[in-house]
Amino acid sequence: MRESTIMKIHYGTALAAVALVAVHILMRLTQNFAESLEYESVLANYKFIPYAIMLELILILLAVHGFNGLRVILIELKQGRIYEKAVSYGCLAAMIGLIAYGSRTIIMTNMGLV
Amino acid sequence: MAQVSSTSNEQSSTAKSITLKISRYNPEHDESSQFMEFNVKYEKWTTVLEAILDVKKHFDHSVAVRYSCRQATCGSCGMIINGKPRLACFTKISELDSDVVTVEPMNNFPVIRDLAVKFEKLFDSHQKIKPYLIRDDTELVSDEKEFLQTPEEVEQYIQFANCIKCGLCNSACPTMATDSSFVGPQALAQAYRYVADSRDKGKDSRLKIIDDSHGIWRCHFAGSCSQVCPKGVDPAMGIQLLRGYMLGFRS
Repeated sequence: MRESTIMKIHYGTALAAVALVAVHILMRLTQNFAESLEYESVLANYKFIPYAIMLELILILLAVHGFNGLRVILIELKQGRIYEKAVSYGCLAAMIGLIAYGSRTIIMTNMGLV
Repeated sequence: MAQVSSTSNEQSSTAKSITLKISRYNPEHDESSQFMEFNVKYEKWTTVLEAILDVKKHFDHSVAVRYSCRQATCGSCGMIINGKPRLACFTKISELDSDVVTVEPMNNFPVIRDLAVKFEKLFDSHQKIKPYLIRDDTELVSDEKEFLQTPEEVEQYIQFANCIKCGLCNSACPTMATDSSFVGPQALAQAYRYVADSRDKGKDSRLKIIDDSHGIWRCHFAGSCSQVCPKGVDPAMGIQLLRGYMLGFRS
């Protein structure tokens, strides 16, 4: 993938994540803040499908943006063909792993398996 | 290795003196650089380059320094003067407002000896971005005139045409300090200079060259390059404008 395409995704995910995280934080204000963080309340959030989809989107956006940021930092620190390939594929694998694990948590909680 | 010496050549009675600290390093047999100190008299018009040449003439002819035009045109005498990348021929000692003037080789360049650094990578990066007009109709038809431009079209790129390839911007760039493969602000500013030129048709090929993992996206807009340019070029702005092309905001 061209670097410009990756960076467009990087900027896009940053903007979208800011918007969705703002919604996520504002949702805490629909009730008392401490109350909104109680176990049952959090589970209820996961079981509400539109909110679960938003959490999934936040997870994907932050994982993509964060791991690309990490890739950029690491390839600026050290150079070399093998090292850079290892960093790129390593970050991609870690990103997929994190999204998979996070999605599993969201799906299981949504289905009442937790 | 420290030496305190004083110029004894003819100087007017108005001359003041400074301590000139010159970084000495020969990669062939030195493990690290060391400073040699010289007491040099100066007038208000004396440049750092003249002081270094004075040291070479009277105290130590082995001090290695690259210079040529002495008028900020050739871009040969870039060095770190009192911690900032500057042209030695364009920096008056009196303007530094210090009793001690420290000169070191430019950062982010391999040192040949003392103050002289290798420019190969700078020139390679410059060459890589195709620093010339690209057109299909290279040959002019007999009744055709030159490629005319409006003043507005010239305004788009003219400041970037002032680049003298002195390397000060690359020396000041924090990304270049860690990323040895980074193309650098000099080459990126020159890429913009040709991309923004209405006579040029090589935009796509140039954008492809700099759209690399060590290309334009590694600039973090610290702006140090623009602060140190002795010719008033603003590479940081050029890079941002070039990004406009990459992101589709400019065509």
